Amino acid sequence: MSLRSRWRKFANVVMLSLTGVCALFTVSVLFVILGYLIYYGGKSLNWAFFTQLPAPVGEPGGGMANAIVGSGKLLLLASLIGIPIGLLGGVYLAEFGGRTFSFVVRYTTDLLNGVPSIVMGIFAYTIIVIPMKHFSAFAGGMALGVMMIPIAVRTTEESLRAVPGVLREGALALGASKWKTVLTVVVPAAMRGIVTGIMLTLARVAGETAPLLFTALGNRFWSPGWNQPIASLPVMIYEYALSAYDDWHRQAWAAGLVLLAFVLVANIGARFVVARGISFRRA
Amino acid sequence: MVMKTSEESRPTQREAVAATPWPADIKMQAAGLDFYYGGKQALHSIGLQVPTGRITALIGPSGCGKTTFLRILNRMYETIPQARPEGEVLLDGEDIFSLDVVNLRRRVGMVFQKPNPFPKSIFDNIAYGLRINGMGGKGTMAEAVEKSLRRAALWEEVKDQLHKSAYALSGGQQQRLCIARALAVEPEVLLLDEPCSALDPIATAKIEELLFNLKDICTMVIVTHNMQQAARAADYTGFFLMGRLIEFNKTAVIFKTPARKETEDYITGRFG
Repeated sequence: MSLRSRWRKFANVVMLSLTGVCALFTVSVLFVILGYLIYYGGKSLNWAFFTQLPAPVGEPGGGMANAIVGSGKLLLLASLIGIPIGLLGGVYLAEFGGRTFSFVVRYTTDLLNGVPSIVMGIFAYTIIVIPMKHFSAFAGGMALGVMMIPIAVRTTEESLRAVPGVLREGALALGASKWKTVLTVVVPAAMRGIVTGIMLTLARVAGETAPLLFTALGNRFWSPGWNQPIASLPVMIYEYALSAYDDWHRQAWAAGLVLLAFVLVANIGARFVVARGISFRRA
Repeated sequence: MVMKTSEESRPTQREAVAATPWPADIKMQAAGLDFYYGGKQALHSIGLQVPTGRITALIGPSGCGKTTFLRILNRMYETIPQARPEGEVLLDGEDIFSLDVVNLRRRVGMVFQKPNPFPKSIFDNIAYGLRINGMGGKGTMAEAVEKSLRRAALWEEVKDQLHKSAYALSGGQQQRLCIARALAVEPEVLLLDEPCSALDPIATAKIEELLFNLKDICTMVIVTHNMQQAARAADYTGFFLMGRLIEFNKTAVIFKTPARKETEDYITGRFG
């Protein structure tokens, strides 16, 4: 074997192992995190964690029921803002937009997606918390909702664009107006993609901490209504992990496990939605 | 822009039409029809009369303008930006460019090259056109769906699976479903754009037989690449070449004694 061909074989082996190692690294990061969370979080995860309020410092036990409900309420608020705007914006871009304005909207959406989440928090703080003079669930939900918009818009747009043009023509040829065609044929045909996108953005904002720090703030008690500071899992993790108490550290791990479980379920659920139902793609 | 030109140039013609009763044996008529995609002219001065209750076939090589012409008849060209017709097209003596487009498309239905059922159940596919046009109440919907499926010779095959996805059907069945869907809104004219090009010969034969039986209820215009199909199915045939209508006559005349050399060359396979 010539030197040259030996060298080529060697380079081939090196590059192949390098890509393999990097791929393995990606997978192992997720499993290391999962393992850590299950090991440390699993130990302090019990029924009380889901049903009780946080215990005062020094007292053992207690849970994060208020933070779990709080995260749920914040996500609900965020959905009420993010989903309609994202959905309708995406429909506009895919079906009605002209060239120039669509380009501007699309570009702006991408930039909005790149805005750091802490900046989103300052934004909500400035336009809601300062005028209202107090922190609130509403301000937190608003910050998360705005963060949902870009991904919701773009995934909706892409799902709609993937619907074959012949379906639109079929509806138009029956006498449907453009709007009716979109509403009754195109959006239902793209529904799976749209739902997947929305679930993924929900999972993403569920773990956001920075935008909540000075909007929803946090709360050690139940927060009735929408107008008071409210607890949430990510902020709870932040506080508990930085504390000086071993008990709190353990609870932070448990909260991390619950949060990750939610995100994973949303991801897998999204895959599940994609895998079934009537599709416009031919088998 | 289209509307404007039609209003400026047509009143005299329309008045003339209104003065004499429209002949019942002519369903649609194009006169002096040009068509542009942006700056590119795709049709040159097309004049053609579609006879009522007959099948009219449009043949010609790819890119000759036959599909473009078909898509003018129900104004489907409007989905393409900068597409622009000039000239006159009449439906029962009425200018189609000044009709409400939704109404025009209800009266002039269309079946496409590839079967395009909606991702809904068989029943909902047929009911779609009725629903959006506010036809057929709750009680009559099932009846109307059955009637359309029978007309499209599909009823016997699907009557037990009306609530299954339309995608569970074979290609030929899907195309008959699309014909049934178009028939449900009781169109006066049915446009068919190469409806059999994606189907096998057996499915094709079924569709041709079906079209033959539909002559009692509507006028049909069919674009086809398959000359045997035109010869078998159509009463009248028009031959398009490079955006011009070269010859239009009874099918037998076009295929046996064409008047123009280009027609003869095309149907005998000497070019195109």
